Amino acid sequence: MNPELLTPGGANVRAVHDAFHGDLLEVSMGPHHPSTHGVFRMIVTLDGERIVKLKPVFGYLHRNHEKLGETVSYLGSMPYTDRLDYLSAMTNNWAYAIAVEKLAGQPVPERAEYVRVILAELTRLLNHTCLAGFLMQDCGCSGTPLMYAFREREKILDLFESLSGSRMMCNYQRFGGCRVDPTPAWVDATRTLVGNYGAFLDEFEALLTGNEIIMARTQGVGVLSAALAINAGVTGPMLRATGVASDLRKSDAYGVYPRFQFRVPLGAHGDVYDRYMVRVLEMRESIRILEQALAGLPGGPIMDPKAKLRGFRPKAGEAYGRIEGPKGEIGFYLVSDGGPNPLRYRVRPPSFINLTVLEDMCLGQTVADAVIILGSVDIVLGEVDR
Amino acid sequence: MESIEQIRDRLLARFPGAQLAVVANPGPAAQHGLLLDHEHAAAIALFLRDDPVLRLDQCTNVTGIDWPEKEIVETVKSSVPDPAGGPAKIVETKTKRLQPGCLEVVYHLYSVQHGHGPVILRLRTGNRTDAVSVPSLTPVWRACEFQEREVFDLFGVTFAGHPDLRRILMWDGFKDFPMRKDYVEPDDYEWEPTPHGAVLEKAKVHYPAPAPAAPAPTAVPPPAAG
Repeated sequence: MNPELLTPGGANVRAVHDAFHGDLLEVSMGPHHPSTHGVFRMIVTLDGERIVKLKPVFGYLHRNHEKLGETVSYLGSMPYTDRLDYLSAMTNNWAYAIAVEKLAGQPVPERAEYVRVILAELTRLLNHTCLAGFLMQDCGCSGTPLMYAFREREKILDLFESLSGSRMMCNYQRFGGCRVDPTPAWVDATRTLVGNYGAFLDEFEALLTGNEIIMARTQGVGVLSAALAINAGVTGPMLRATGVASDLRKSDAYGVYPRFQFRVPLGAHGDVYDRYMVRVLEMRESIRILEQALAGLPGGPIMDPKAKLRGFRPKAGEAYGRIEGPKGEIGFYLVSDGGPNPLRYRVRPPSFINLTVLEDMCLGQTVADAVIILGSVDIVLGEVDR
Repeated sequence: MESIEQIRDRLLARFPGAQLAVVANPGPAAQHGLLLDHEHAAAIALFLRDDPVLRLDQCTNVTGIDWPEKEIVETVKSSVPDPAGGPAKIVETKTKRLQPGCLEVVYHLYSVQHGHGPVILRLRTGNRTDAVSVPSLTPVWRACEFQEREVFDLFGVTFAGHPDLRRILMWDGFKDFPMRKDYVEPDDYEWEPTPHGAVLEKAKVHYPAPAPAAPAPTAVPPPAAG
């Protein structure tokens, strides 16, 4: 070996250092990287360890879900909506049902509205619990929080399974009601779960919320301003973490949400920690809604007796229906020409649109921060790529 | 919130030369749209975003619709008086009219500040082949950035003024636009042991039935018992 290379400050060492100084390094993160939550890819340009440019690359899970929706009947798309955001099938079902009900002017009986609220809030608990677990995994708390989260998730999935027959691909909502009527035993089991969930959250928070390492790792990281968040179409907990009071359950007042007392938790800084905290607080509010909905669950039919399942052909027209899903605003836009299939079937995927601001949040941060910023956006690739 | 007609009238007062048309929605949802002209689209979008009454600060959903050209048959009934003095005859004349196709981009606007919406904006291209450009609204709402790219990718609408118009879901180098009604998927048939349905039709093309050759050999007699 050239002895000059080993000399500190030798001529060659100097030259190499100068050649690298100020050069940018392009790194391709993903699509096969565990921190990308699926097959998501980011092309990151680095100056040293700081990110100066980040371009997301999509489409590795693209299957043209929307084209598929145009080739099957309205009801035929319902099971496919489970596969969008496969953690929250129940809210996807509901958003699609609400869009079709708007398109056809279909009323929904009161009992079904209550059951929908119960299932949507259970889905929110399930999604936010998992997200907190995943986020901690991304931070490097290997295993424990995610294991606790998955333990609770299984309990909720057991409820979904006993009601709809499937843990994750529920296919439960129908236009004008729900597919099966929950039994009193199911309602009791749900009541028990909801009663115990607060204690789990206390345990979970005791582990995480005040944890010094997590605070140091997440506070002030990935800051998003309220003005940019609104302009970029960011919705859900991401938007509320920036301090914008926007919740479709309040502003659209769909279903029977106006009957329930609940608060909308807001963040103050718009960083990763606020996003985590808003979700934890939202879970507390979900428990309140669930308690009220379970106490007030009325009797009566679960399906509108006049609802048409076979030969369903809404009149020509269009409708955009949306609800507050766990990840943000999940909406469906349908155009009918009077036929049995929709002329146009569009999904408004919340996590895809929330990714619009990924680059803005990551600029100036380190690569390790980009991982937790992406984790705090809460994406599911089944929905991002459709 | 103001009705779509009130919004149109206010816009016409503010932008005198603009061509605006209300696109009525006959369905029960009654979410009517507003068709914009290309020239004023960006200015109108900016006005709707910053207007203190409407304050449509969030563009939640951007999507495309493909309207292929359509033959419309119109039937006109006219009564022809009978010269003999009998009852008038009713004659039906059918006229065929070709409705030109276009690509349409639909924007759903909501106000986070006031909690109202949607106001639906629509932009149409001249045709489906060479005049497929519409102005981009990404400079007004960042939310359009990825969604307009998606409309470009799947429908083939080009957005003038978009900062980064590339394919987003399909890969670079892909040729066609999959969400168009006349899209034909490439024939990438793979051998399947038991094809059925549409795959069976494809299989017949790739593996045509062999021409009837020499008569099949006579059946082998069953083995004798025992």
